Amino acid sequence: MTPTLNIRTPEGVVFSQQLAGPMTRMLAWSIDLLVLFGLTVLLIFVLMFLSIVSIGIAQAVGALAFFVLKMGYSIFTEWRWRGQTIGKRTLRLRVVDVHGLRLKFGQVVIRNLLRTVDMLPGPYLVGGLACLLNSRCQRLGDLAANTIVIRIPKLTEPNLDQLMADKYNSLRAHPHLEARLRQRVSPAEASVALQAIVRRDLLEPRARVELFEELAAHFKGKVQFPQEATEGITDEQYVRNVVDCLFRPGRKAALIAQPRPEAAPAKDGPVLTA
Amino acid sequence: MIIDLERFVTAERPYWTELDTLLNRIETDSRGTMQLDEARRFHYLYERTAAGLAKLNTFSAEPETRRYLENLVGRAYSEINETRERQHRFSPWLWFFRTLPQTFRRRIRAFWMAIGVTLAGALFGGLAMAFDPGSKEAIMPAMFANHLGDPSDRVAEEEKDRDAKSATGMTSFSAQLMVNNISVSIRALAFGITYGIGTIILLFYNGVILGVISVDYVMAGQTTFLLAWLLPHGAIELPAIFIAAQAGLVLAGALIGWGRRETLRARMREIAPDLVTLIFGVALMLVWAGIVEAFFSQFLAPVLPYSVKIAFGCVELVLLVFFLSRCGKAAENSGFQVPRSELKTLARPA
Repeated sequence: MTPTLNIRTPEGVVFSQQLAGPMTRMLAWSIDLLVLFGLTVLLIFVLMFLSIVSIGIAQAVGALAFFVLKMGYSIFTEWRWRGQTIGKRTLRLRVVDVHGLRLKFGQVVIRNLLRTVDMLPGPYLVGGLACLLNSRCQRLGDLAANTIVIRIPKLTEPNLDQLMADKYNSLRAHPHLEARLRQRVSPAEASVALQAIVRRDLLEPRARVELFEELAAHFKGKVQFPQEATEGITDEQYVRNVVDCLFRPGRKAALIAQPRPEAAPAKDGPVLTA
Repeated sequence: MIIDLERFVTAERPYWTELDTLLNRIETDSRGTMQLDEARRFHYLYERTAAGLAKLNTFSAEPETRRYLENLVGRAYSEINETRERQHRFSPWLWFFRTLPQTFRRRIRAFWMAIGVTLAGALFGGLAMAFDPGSKEAIMPAMFANHLGDPSDRVAEEEKDRDAKSATGMTSFSAQLMVNNISVSIRALAFGITYGIGTIILLFYNGVILGVISVDYVMAGQTTFLLAWLLPHGAIELPAIFIAAQAGLVLAGALIGWGRRETLRARMREIAPDLVTLIFGVALMLVWAGIVEAFFSQFLAPVLPYSVKIAFGCVELVLLVFFLSRCGKAAENSGFQVPRSELKTLARPA
């Protein structure tokens, strides 16, 4: 399960931040290493030209530039891009304050200076171990700087057209059980069922049958619908009906058979009730 | 409770998009400010989105949308609720002449401790050298191999080679010294995370080396050479290392939290600006020390009389002591306090 950090705002709203695990962070670091390698090669070319003028100056510039590049790359990028290096940007990760507040320059500097310890004795052994043992996936630099690394989610809307817009949903005939189903199914479970429906055509026939068999059994365990509601429908149809109940609540069974009133203007009452 | 999720998302989406756009603008232009109406609109959008998230939290479906809203609310929350420090433009002048010495004095106990540990190491190294000169080879690291021989021979060799130094060679040497010393300083700070043990070991070992070399040269009757060689750059370099270790010990103190009731996070939050101030001050000092070591310390008598070099080192030390003990004092006494870190450059929306 993805570790999360819950933050309660003064208004009483709780929001959670999905924490990035050590493996994702390692991948981001690998990308940053590649970027640093590219910059180093570029710098070597510049120094080669400079050495034509003076070898001593080229050596001096080289010593300083390599050091600044090594120490400054993460500090500069994380500060300039609000907690993101190129690697973190690519993998949609971001360094944020542990209280959900704005990242400060001091925090960026401290977490990057303490990389010296996190990288000991080999490549990120101390930091990786600390990250694994810490419930917030913090390496030592993060602990000292009060920072965490989070994932940035993308807004991906479920394609509701793929759900049975014009099909009869036998579960709708039992609104009280339908309501109980919505109550008992967690967001993660709902998401799994939705993704299974959306991606069903990509599955191998055998895997498809097995997946929906398993999912149907799982949801049947949540709420027991009467036999007449489930009789004669396949496991996939059952899961599809469940997803329809979860994602498009408030529709009557009779209406489901009608074409979706998507284009209808919003004039039939309030969207929300207290 | 949401009756129709699809309609809810459709109705609310324009507000979320507006907030997202506004946040992107704030995050891109961190120094930008807002008009009152704009700030009110921003707050309204934040509250509306937060309310939407609260409603969506009661709903089992739409985990992706919920995560998106959490991200929006989180970003807006960080912009609105950030109250840690007053925002102002970074002034290098104020930072150097007020913040840095004030921070140093505020954490002076850690500095004395760093000096104490180094002196203990120097005493140990000095005694080891005095009673068992053979221990030099075991104690000195490989990078000090040129100090393993007789100090008198080295002095004679150095004085003979005085013409061999070129300006470009010294530039390169200077840069290498800066990089090496700043790296050591960063380690001294970073090892504070080991509850100060790493910082103390590093300081003690540096002290031991210093003790061995000093006693070795004094016993060989080369005290003047030693002072002329070490003082010009050492007068800045050694205090810089002590200040870096001071930062490391401050970090360790916050970790241990002896006799303090604040949480670890609160303690870390409190010391963070001081650590950054100290380490940037150290970097500046070491840049100066690197230049002096390469372009001044390497010249020996008769090119540069030892008395001049020793006097130069003493003047540097006096100025440094004056700077650290007196600068920013007037502002402190008058009650005007420069915020702990001048390095905060983000401006909050008005």
